[in-house]
Parts: sequence; structure tokens; C-alpha cells
Amino acid sequence: MEKTLVVEMKNITKRFPGVVANEDVTLQLHKGEVLALLGENGAGKSTLMNMLVGLYRPDEGEIYVNGKHVIINSPQDSMALGIGMIHQEFMLVGNLTVAENIILGLKDLPTVPPISEINEKIIELSKKYDLKVDPTRLVETLTVGEQQRVEILKLLYRGADILILDEPTAVLTPKESQELNKILKKMLSEGKSAIFITHKMIEVLEFSETLMVLRKGKCVGIKPTASIKELSEIANLMVGRPVLFELEKGPFKPGKVRVELKNVSVNSKTHTRKTLDSISFTIRSGEILGIAGVAGNGQQPLSEVITGLMRVNSGSIIIDGEDYTNKTPLQIIKAGVSHIPADRGRMGIVGDMSVGENLSMKKYRTQELSNHHMINKSKVRQFASNLIQKFVIKTPTQFTSAKFLSGGNIQKTILAREINSCKGILIAVYPSRGLDVGAIESVRQNIIAQRDRGSAVLLVSEELDELRTVCDRIAVMFEGRIMDIMDAQDASTEKIGLLMAGVERSEECDS
Amino acid sequence: MRFIIEKRNEKSKKMQVLIPIYSLLISFVLGAIVLLLSNANPIQTYAAIFKGAFGSNTKIQYTLVKMIPLLMCGLAVGIAFRLRFWNIGAEGQYVMGVIGITWVMQFWTWLPNVLVLPIGLIMAIIFGGLWGGIPGALKAQWKVDETLTTLMMNYIAIGIAEYLYISAWKAPKNNMGTVKYPDFAWIQRFWGKVHYGIFIALILVVILYFVLYKTRWGFELNMIGKNSEAARCQGVSIKKNIILAMLLSGAIAGLAGGIDASAVTHSLTKGVNSGYGFTGIIVAWMSGLNPFVSIVIALFLAALETGSDALQITMHLPSAMGEVLQGLILIPLLAGSIFIDHRIKPARVKGDK
Repeated sequence: MEKTLVVEMKNITKRFPGVVANEDVTLQLHKGEVLALLGENGAGKSTLMNMLVGLYRPDEGEIYVNGKHVIINSPQDSMALGIGMIHQEFMLVGNLTVAENIILGLKDLPTVPPISEINEKIIELSKKYDLKVDPTRLVETLTVGEQQRVEILKLLYRGADILILDEPTAVLTPKESQELNKILKKMLSEGKSAIFITHKMIEVLEFSETLMVLRKGKCVGIKPTASIKELSEIANLMVGRPVLFELEKGPFKPGKVRVELKNVSVNSKTHTRKTLDSISFTIRSGEILGIAGVAGNGQQPLSEVITGLMRVNSGSIIIDGEDYTNKTPLQIIKAGVSHIPADRGRMGIVGDMSVGENLSMKKYRTQELSNHHMINKSKVRQFASNLIQKFVIKTPTQFTSAKFLSGGNIQKTILAREINSCKGILIAVYPSRGLDVGAIESVRQNIIAQRDRGSAVLLVSEELDELRTVCDRIAVMFEGRIMDIMDAQDASTEKIGLLMAGVERSEECDS
Repeated sequence: MRFIIEKRNEKSKKMQVLIPIYSLLISFVLGAIVLLLSNANPIQTYAAIFKGAFGSNTKIQYTLVKMIPLLMCGLAVGIAFRLRFWNIGAEGQYVMGVIGITWVMQFWTWLPNVLVLPIGLIMAIIFGGLWGGIPGALKAQWKVDETLTTLMMNYIAIGIAEYLYISAWKAPKNNMGTVKYPDFAWIQRFWGKVHYGIFIALILVVILYFVLYKTRWGFELNMIGKNSEAARCQGVSIKKNIILAMLLSGAIAGLAGGIDASAVTHSLTKGVNSGYGFTGIIVAWMSGLNPFVSIVIALFLAALETGSDALQITMHLPSAMGEVLQGLILIPLLAGSIFIDHRIKPARVKGDK
């Protein structure tokens, strides 16, 4: 039986200055199915979806919704057509209740909305789709998974039939992802449809009926998910060449302790719960310590106290036997700590400065690149072109503004700078987040190479596979605490998953 | 037909030259409309402005003398702007500089004559520097918004100056104003009205260019201005640099005040809040924070001011008309700068009706 088409994007082309974001892409979404939209970063997934929700307009091509040719000029237009999108960053107001958030921005409400009626309608909707949320609770008291449900309810309340989810599982624990999957299945059975943007290949198999792969703005394959036998099939489509999943890694030979944290605590400005609660661990040379956890459980503050960007309230940080608690970032850099920050664009590079300048940002103060207070520009040029070659950074010239590079090449620029100046301690926070398969491979290989050369590495990641393949030991964080530290080979997904969700080991044993 | 504005991939060199020219043409047309409404001949008026600024040696000298404090205030403001620290307090820092030099001139009579001017200028630098440093420190330590503090401190400085020249430091025989500085401590003139202060300003341009573009500190300021969070991750102290940059910014504005007082007014009196500090903001902005370009912009703005002053006499236009024309010339120039980074293109969408 031929299924009915709900959305059809025909021969869509969208150009931005210097790039073609989408070229002749045709997308079809049928009623009651989940379409997974896969692709490396910069493959044009978000651009394509943004045209469907009215944030961009296609340069060429046509969009049909329920068989009718439509022109979508704004998110309001797309909502009127029953299309709603859940962005990676939730658009919720923390100090309003769930119900208030859901009706926020609705035009046809009276000045004083009949809140009890609305609550009833929300409860009715949440029962229908198994979306357990109490409409009277304040949003800031909800977990990330619950907040996501509020976002979904918000769209359902507005009568959306077509949901677009942008990397919805990035912020969820494995258990919450399972629940999301159930909710989606339920909605499909009610006749809704969904487009699911992701670059995690395993999810595709679990969530979708059809998958569509974009590469460099073009559609390179549409397949029924059931026909996929090997993950590598999808990976090859995404990257356009076979991908190695195995990493070369030398034997584990830990040396002396380079970094030691003793009962480090940081008080939170907004919560009674501490941002970091009595954290203790050591990292030895030749060792990668992984930090697992759902984003927002203290991983980033942890990396910031070690690099001196955040002050600690109690406890001590010892680097090579010396006390570095609450020292300045510069003193810690001089002690040999390199840092690959979580937010590349905001913390890692200066987008409006050139690639060459960005590469020199750790070493410009040394004799290698400057003479007393004068920067030696010709040495900087030489230094930058060496690094660009060595780390295979794809940039038109070293004088190009760093913001014009792709995410992967920006990350390579940061990696090149930090690894070049690294004196044995590397703090890497989500280094492969949002990168394509090829770039992830190179980032991981570089980090392992640092370890094999005898560096002490801290790797914060939300990808359990990455942690298991790259790390030697794994610590799991939950609500600012370290739940447990284990050897990487003992770390099963179930074990880490439970710890990530805050289930103590002892509880696990009791049950 | 719809139009969209999109960002260019790179700054357009061609536009950097063309935009000021187009903008000026648009300004002249706008100005002409206003002039026609006031029954004045636009072409004659523009010619009068030009003649008023460059028509004779004396007029050129007036223009150059005005250029000196404008250029220095532009440089001062530009340093803070590099850090995205919105110092709109150059006016107050300039006034504090004049107060500083006047203090030395009037009360440090025990100084040997040769030292009075140098010490006076140093005092202007210190006063201006501190006046800039205070908002810098407030911002660095407690994140106090600098636009408010620098703006408010202008009025405090002007208030102090008024109190001094009207009451505390008033010369006995005058209605207002301090006694003239001793003439051995004046900055000498070398061509009509033009004084040696112009060389201090030009040397400053060279020094600042060198510091901002060639040194580690200049590199750090650039990093902070373009992404302070990334700069912090690279070990650059934001607090220290905000305070340093504001001390320097205030010091240069203070020096501008000190030079103008010791070369032109020779006293602290009414009119010390000349507006140079505010116009300096325009100099810094229009020059794209480039010290060398600032010379041209400062000269242009100084010419516009002296030229408009002449309108009252030659064209019998109200004095406010000069300011109206100045404003009309500046707005298209400032607005036009968007096209250096952006371009307009027609939005073509297939299926548009």
C-alpha cells in the first residue's frame, strides 16, 4: 500500500556566500513514519530543516505539505501547517510553570488565560502520548528529559502533526532515550510523523523507518532502515570512504601522578546543590581518564577548575606535586596544562582573527615566536604553516579568518595549538562533539598519540563508545559528584548508564 | 522584489574606498534639501564651508589646531574600543587633564621654569589616566557597566572644572576662569596658530600603531576585543588588561586636554568641555580603530567644524545650521559602513508571486 506523503521538499537548493548548503535535495516524509536525517557536520541537515520551519527560504525548489504547494516565510507559517521543531537548545522559561510555558506565545488567548482548563488539556494530551509531566511544576525543577517532553507537548498543544527533532538524544541518558523512543512510537501510531536529525548511527537503527544521508549538501542515499545490515554501510555513505572504527593504541603503561584533585568543591550561585562536590582523583602520565555523564552534571566546571578558569571553594589541585589551587589560567598554562575547551567557537578560537594568529595564541609569549615584547611575524607565519601541514588543517591560507573554517578544521586548529604547546597534561572537553566521522577519528587518534607519548589526559565525553575505546579509566559524574571510577574494560553501557542516572553502586547491588 | 542583506566573506577593499565617497554625496544631497528649505544656496554654502576650513593660511591653521585634540581623543577612545570597552568618557578625562595641568601651572610655583610644562603635562596624563582607570577598575572588579560610569564621570569632571574656574581657582579680577599660565610654560607655536602639540599627536599615532599591531600586548588586546572568553582560556588576564587599557585611554585624553590648555587657552575656563572627547568617539569609529586613518578623519571633522563656524558670518545662516550639516554628513558615513561587511542582493525565490 502506498503511504500518503505529508511533506515533500522537491529539488531544494540553498546557497550561502561561498557555499552551497543544499543542492537539488528532495525529501519525502510519509504519514506515520520517522525519517532519520543523517550527515556529517556541515552536510546541510540543519539548513534543510530550517527551510521547512521558515527560518530560511530556498533559492530553488518547492515545498509541498499534504500535497499542497506552500511558501513558508516564518515559523508562524510552518506552525500553521502543523510543522514544529524542537531545537537542541530548549526554548523554555525556567521560572514559569509547565502550563505557562506551553501557552507562551499563543496568540488567541485572553489576557488572563483559564489556567485550569489549560492544565486539563495538557494532562489529557500527556496521557494520550505517555508524556508524563505535571503542568503545575516550575520548568527549572524538571530534568532535561522532562524538559524535552515539555517541548514536545508544546508542539502537540499547538496541533503539530510533523515534528522535527534536532539531535534530541544528545542531552539524554540512555534510559531517557529509550523513553523518548517509546513516546515517538506512540505518536506515530496516532498518525503523526517525525524527522529526526542525528549523527549517531546506532540511534538511526532504533528510531527510524527510513534514513536519508546528506553529504556536502547533496542527498547521497535514501534507504529503508530495515535494509541496513552493518553500521559501516551508513558511515561510508556519510563520509564517502570506509571509516576505521579501530584505533591504534599502545599498551597501558601509567607513570607518575601528574594531576591530583583532593576533595575539590565549588558552590553554585543559583542552586543549593554544589556544582562540584568533593571531587578526588589522580591522572598519571601515559593515562587517559575519561569523564562520563549527561551534559551539565559538572563536567565542564571540573575542566575549568583544573585550567584555572573557575575558582574552587575548598579542596586542592596539585600539578606535578605543587599546589595549583586557584592559580591564574596563565600560571596553569605555564605549568604545562593544555586545554581543548567544550565550546570551540566561544572559548577555543577567536573567529575574527586569522588561522595563523589562532595557532600562535599559546606560544606568542615564548621566545619561539617573540622577542621580548615584540611578536616576530615571520616566525609566526613559519610556525603556523608548519602546524597547518602537520595537522592537515584545510584552510585557504593561514590569513583566512578562523570563523570561515568548518567545525572539524576549527577543532583541528585548536588541537594543533594545544598539542604543540602541551607539556604533558591535556584537558579535552567534548573534543569530538558535533564533528563528522572523519574528523572524530583524527581527534581521537591525536589524543591517544599524546597519551602514548606519556601525557596525562583528561577526556570529558558524552559518547560511551568514545570513552570505552579511547580511555584507560572512566569516572562517571552525576550532580557534581563522581559516582565511581572504573577501568575502561570493566565499563559496560548498562553500568555507566545507571551511574549516569544517579543510581549508586550499592543500590544497584541491593536490588 | 525583496532585498536581503547578507554578510560578505571578507571585508571589501573596494567598498572601503567607495562608501565614504557615496556617503558624502548622499550627505550633500540631504544637506542641500535642508539648505534649500532655509533659502540658502547649497553650492555656495558648501563652498563657504570649504573656504572656512582651508580658504587661507589662518583658516588652515585653525583647522589644524582643532585637529590635534580631536585626533588624540580619537586615539584614546580607540584603545578602549579595541577591548569592546565603550569608553564614552574621553570628554571627562580630557577635562581632568586640563584640571591637572592647571593645578601645576597655578600652584606648583616652586618648580624651576623649565620643568613647569613637562610636569604639568605629566599631571594631565595622571589625572586623565585615573579618571579613565576608575571605570576600568569598576568594570574589571565588579562588572559595573562602563557606558554608564564613563558617561556619568564626564559630568562629574565638568562639574569639578566649573567649581574651580568659577569659584575656588578663579583669577581675582575675572568673572570666571583661572589666571593665565606663565608664558614660559606655554607650548610654542611654529606656524601662525599651529603649535608643537601636533608633533606629539603624530608621534603618538606611530607609537600606538606599533604597540597595537606589533607587540604581544597589542595581540592580547585584539584577542580580548574579538573574543574575551577565548582570550581568558589562553591565559590572558581580562581584568588587568581592561584596567591597563583604560589607564592608557584616559591618559591620552588627559594629555590632549593638557596640550590644548597649555597651547591654546592658557587657562582653565569656560569652554573646557569643548566636545572633543565626544567627537573623538566618531574619529575612532570612522577610522576603524586604525591610528593612521584617524589622522585623516580628525582632519576632516576639524575642517567641518571650523568651516561651519564661518557660515554664520559669510552666509548669514544661524549657527545651528553648521551643526545640522555636520550631523547630516556623519549619519550616512556611519550608516554606510555596514556595506563594508555586508552586501545587498535581491532575494530570488522561485515560486514567488
